[in-house]
Amino acid sequence: MNQPKTVKILAFHADRCKGCLACEKACSQVHFKTNAGGDQSALRITKTDQGYQMHVCDQRGLCLDLCPVGALRRQKNGVVVLDPKICVGCQACVAFCPIGAMRKSKLRLEPFKCISCGSCVRACPEKALELVERNIAEIKQIVYHKQGV
Amino acid sequence: MVEGQIPIAEYSTGNTKHTWDAKKLRAAHQKLAEYTYKKGDVYRGYANRTLYVNLSTKKISEKPVTDEMKKLFTGGRGFGLKLLWEGIKPTTRWNSEENELLITTGPLCGTTQYAGSGKSLCLSVSPSTNIICDCNVGGFVGPYLKFAGFDALEIQGKASEDVIIFIDGEHGKISIETAPHEETNTHLLAEQLTTMYASEDTDQARQKVAVVSTGAAAEHSYWGCLNFSFYDIRRKTPRIKQAGRGGLGTVFRDKKLKAIVVKIDHLTGLSNHPADPDKLAEIGIKLHKEIRDLDRYQCNMRAVGTGHLVEIMDQYDLLPCENYRFGSFPKASKIYSPKFYELFTKIIPDGCWHGCTLACAKTVDGYTVMTGPYKGQKVTVDGPEYETIAACSNMSIWDPLWILEFNFYCDTYGIDTISTGTAIAFYMEMYEYGILNKERCNGLELCFGNADATLEFIHRIAQGDQAEFIRIASQGIRRVKDWILKNGWGDKKLVEDCGMESKGLEFSEYVTKESLAMQGGYGLTLKGPQHDEAWLIFMDMVNNAIPTFEDKAEALHYFPMWRTWFGLNGLCKLPWNDIEPANNAQTEEPAKVPEHVQNYVEYQNAVTGWKVTKEDLILQSERCYNFQRALNVWMGRGRRKDDWIPYRAMGPVTEMEYLSRRDRYDKQLVEKVGFTAQQVEQMSIQERIHQLYQYRQNQYQKLADAVYYRRGWTQNGVPTPQKMRQLGFTDKKLLQMLEEKIAEDEQAGLNTWGGIYGIGEKPPAQERQYWKFWK
Ligand code: SF4
Ligand code: SF4
Ligand code: SF4
Repeated sequence: MNQPKTVKILAFHADRCKGCLACEKACSQVHFKTNAGGDQSALRITKTDQGYQMHVCDQRGLCLDLCPVGALRRQKNGVVVLDPKICVGCQACVAFCPIGAMRKSKLRLEPFKCISCGSCVRACPEKALELVERNIAEIKQIVYHKQGV
Repeated sequence: MVEGQIPIAEYSTGNTKHTWDAKKLRAAHQKLAEYTYKKGDVYRGYANRTLYVNLSTKKISEKPVTDEMKKLFTGGRGFGLKLLWEGIKPTTRWNSEENELLITTGPLCGTTQYAGSGKSLCLSVSPSTNIICDCNVGGFVGPYLKFAGFDALEIQGKASEDVIIFIDGEHGKISIETAPHEETNTHLLAEQLTTMYASEDTDQARQKVAVVSTGAAAEHSYWGCLNFSFYDIRRKTPRIKQAGRGGLGTVFRDKKLKAIVVKIDHLTGLSNHPADPDKLAEIGIKLHKEIRDLDRYQCNMRAVGTGHLVEIMDQYDLLPCENYRFGSFPKASKIYSPKFYELFTKIIPDGCWHGCTLACAKTVDGYTVMTGPYKGQKVTVDGPEYETIAACSNMSIWDPLWILEFNFYCDTYGIDTISTGTAIAFYMEMYEYGILNKERCNGLELCFGNADATLEFIHRIAQGDQAEFIRIASQGIRRVKDWILKNGWGDKKLVEDCGMESKGLEFSEYVTKESLAMQGGYGLTLKGPQHDEAWLIFMDMVNNAIPTFEDKAEALHYFPMWRTWFGLNGLCKLPWNDIEPANNAQTEEPAKVPEHVQNYVEYQNAVTGWKVTKEDLILQSERCYNFQRALNVWMGRGRRKDDWIPYRAMGPVTEMEYLSRRDRYDKQLVEKVGFTAQQVEQMSIQERIHQLYQYRQNQYQKLADAVYYRRGWTQNGVPTPQKMRQLGFTDKKLLQMLEEKIAEDEQAGLNTWGGIYGIGEKPPAQERQYWKFWK
């Protein structure tokens, strides 16, 4: 198989964001068919002293080697996806994600994550979100420990 | 080594690729019996029935699991004990028709959210000890057995030709089939059966099949182990974990079992139908995070597995070297964990069940075999684990590749690396003294460090070589001791003191000489000398945290009960204390890892919907622990005389050993035994050894006194009916049996304390029949 070289990830323009959370709501539509946002959204917008921040998966894929059943894989377009039909809900990917972007909602045992589908981008009235292309080689991370780390 | 982030389909491990004519193999199978059952859901951790298979009569049936059974026996090893009590007789021996082999699960077994939740518990009457031996083993069989519909599998009787038991959880069918053409040795057989029984030709389908098997040497020795498989989708091969101790694989082959195959159709993280899945995910994630952040600074299990212990044991003088004569060795650094890290294939996950992020199941792929029938082939070696590496240091084998060779052949031939290594180490010492020699060993030059001869010995066992030494030596140390003594070749005391077995089982791989509590941890066990009841070396000798007999007895009460608990639930012990919360050292009882104990309380409640406390967990274990001891007594072993350990486990046997640690022992003669330095100086080395011997033997007896008292047993080590009643047992047959055994001991004058108590000392109780006063 030809391995993908690039992947689209979300970029955030903090200066444009007004905190309406339309993106979060759009995301929970994608994953849970609700408008709840928050815990049911793969991307989170939070307000800090410095203004708004976005937190989301950057498709680095540390979780890929970690999954015991092969429920996580990188698609042809480079995006890391989780197949809930294969997943056995062990939560290893949730706990090991170094940036906490693999999420677990109370609605379902199987975790979920950003799939770079762009729903949030389209939902954002302020154009604060954008999908940008990155080289996978630059962002990828592998999981095992080097001895003596 | 494989770099990460490769699509699973493209992982390659460099192993030999086998192709089987699966159709031809399958076509030769003859169905001897078939049973159809109605599949039901597991509810709150229980399938609520057990499966009974009789290989003699071909009867297959189901037995219900009642609430009463859950209350008294919890599950796992507890269920196994109950079924054995009903299925065997006190005269049952390992090869009796009615002996049973049990594979059990436990209510928490098969959970995917909490690390270490996929263990099976195996039980049988052991050929080594003639009492019940229990083993805790990873792999997918246990969880699959439960999700196929059964909390336990009970196998009785013997087939007349090689058979496979197939538990088809997909279609709700159990069958007994002949299997004439399959391989016997595990690395091939597990692969054949996984391929043959998978519903489709995909890795996902193969991952739904799990196999129990053993190998050719299990048939001809008392060291037979059971290999439990789990299909690794990256390595594209089934891997194995061992139920190693006590010869359960020998029983398996004696029943003419070639394999047990279990298949499921579907697995999710909720297959256990827990009462509170959110809570479960929450405590699971918390533990995973601890493992992620702390393992590399604590045990480094994710990188090197249990092998990290080798360097620690060597540094603390606890690594068995040359048959436990020494606790460290100049060459030991050759087999420290970094040496194996270089050889391991670093593709995670290496847990032996889904969700075990502690991931200690390390593997060497593409290892080229150096000897025997598979010479030149590339194979997967699962391990080595600490015990296997240390079994090799015990034989003075210091080459990682020879350790892999030993590991691979023990596994595929189906023998326990611990018993095999410990026994050979003893034969090597006897060889060094001339008590054994080349002629007596049927041409084997079994001197320390001779890896070639070691492998040759193992190959000859697998071939069924009936030469006298090969035959007797493969039955273990106890039989060889008797054989040497019968032939008048060696001094009885030397032979008995050096051979590291107790109750007929070989010791596992820790030097216990300097820790009295650890001696108790090996000697005062149910199944024989094994570290999985109480591992108290650091608490006792490094931290000096349990100085008095009473303290040690308390530890020898709590820790065996605590560790038993894992076996009742289908859990691995490692995630309890091989990873600790960052603030553990500041807690009141760090040795117990209180935060993790609390996790387990919440874990059991979350699955079962019970409302247990941490005291209840201990009570669950105490019931089963005492029940198992009562069964030992019933079968004629389980008294003070059976809790004997050889002196090599207590102190230096030979002058060479004494001299190697002379300062330490001289000092102890002064500080502990009470001689002056001058007196010690004037004694010969033999005399010093003798004085230390007397002292340490007496210490051990006093320890046994304190432990028996704490456990609520008689002075001779028999659980009392009063104690059993307190624990909730009302079984008249059981209580009466104990009554009679205690009366027998009373008549023989055996209900007396074993230690000699000096001025100012006293035994644990003044009243001889102290238990009579219990409510
Ligand atoms: S890209 Fe899609 S899935 Fe990802 S956060 Fe945005 S809306 Fe959700
Ligand atoms: S939770 Fe699911 S996707 Fe994540 S590692 Fe476990 S099995 Fe794989
Ligand atoms: S810690 Fe090791 S032995 Fe225990 S369950 Fe995890 S992988 Fe298996």
